[in-house]
Amino acid sequence: MSMKERVLNPYIGGILVGILAILVVYLTTVLIGDTKFFGTSTTFVKMAGLIEKFFVHDLSNQYYEKVKLTIDWQFMFVIGIFLGALISSILSGSFRIELVPPIFRERFGNNFILRAVFAFVGGFFVAFGARLADGCPSGHGLSGMMQLSLGSLLAVIVFFSSAIIFANLIYRSRR
Amino acid sequence: MELILGLVFGVIFGSILTFARVIRYEKQISAVLLKDMTIIKFMFSAVLVGSIGVNVLYQMGLISLHLKPMMIGAIVVGGILFGLGWAMTGYCPGTSVAALAEGRIHALFAILGMLVGSMIFANLYPYLKPIIEFGNLGKITIYQYFNVSPYTIIAILAIFAIGMFYFFETKKL
Repeated sequence: MSMKERVLNPYIGGILVGILAILVVYLTTVLIGDTKFFGTSTTFVKMAGLIEKFFVHDLSNQYYEKVKLTIDWQFMFVIGIFLGALISSILSGSFRIELVPPIFRERFGNNFILRAVFAFVGGFFVAFGARLADGCPSGHGLSGMMQLSLGSLLAVIVFFSSAIIFANLIYRSRR
Repeated sequence: MELILGLVFGVIFGSILTFARVIRYEKQISAVLLKDMTIIKFMFSAVLVGSIGVNVLYQMGLISLHLKPMMIGAIVVGGILFGLGWAMTGYCPGTSVAALAEGRIHALFAILGMLVGSMIFANLYPYLKPIIEFGNLGKITIYQYFNVSPYTIIAILAIFAIGMFYFFETKKL
């Protein structure tokens, strides 16, 4: 009894996100006096810092001081992404409990532990790399590119080139 | 106000990402395996529309820019590590959060990995500074670097994106 999923054409989706970005920069400038752009990866640093602070009370860390461990615009934006995806996946009929995604299953079998290890180790490098490069596909790929930032252009080229090489090494089985 | 706006725009952003299916592991891995270009179509459409609006508003003096510095060393090394991680996990930071909300339980491990990665980075930051500062050209835009108008760059970007879209559609990617 699978209901047909409601989906949005990627070009239309992209155009809507472009319009949303314009509204965000304009409205945040008018309403809070500071221009805000899309971004997500700094929030992971804040969450990590807040967790670390919970265990180490006299925490002194240059990087946490630089990003400031406060609940800010971007932190709420990330919470919003979670809520928006939850509501929309129920409305669109795409919500589904999934332990191992199909492409992974085809290559490595239906192994949840292995998938969890891949996801964790991959997540580690994603965050470490994003912090080093000072942005992720939201911060560099969307916001940085919209501002025509030179660093963001380089970041997007390196992100994709590297992922294309590693993904082909990982998922294309040698026969 | 800042927090309410963040939440509201986050909900809208998360909803568009979900309906366009770009948050999925399948779409991200298929893109870097060059089999399904959904996320590339999405991203370049967004950048094209956004870049016009952002630059017009900026030239009119209505907004400010938040450029990230062009740090060649940090972006190349960080970008390579990011690509490795992205290929393994199939999620970037924004999409991992949305994928978990869509019931993809394995995205939780990606999020945990990202939290640990961020924590380790923050603690190693003083030692990583030499890499971060290597080849730092400062906060610079593409049009400043080539000394042209921003609209010239947007026009080139548009021609490139539309050519790419045409290629994807004819090849059914």
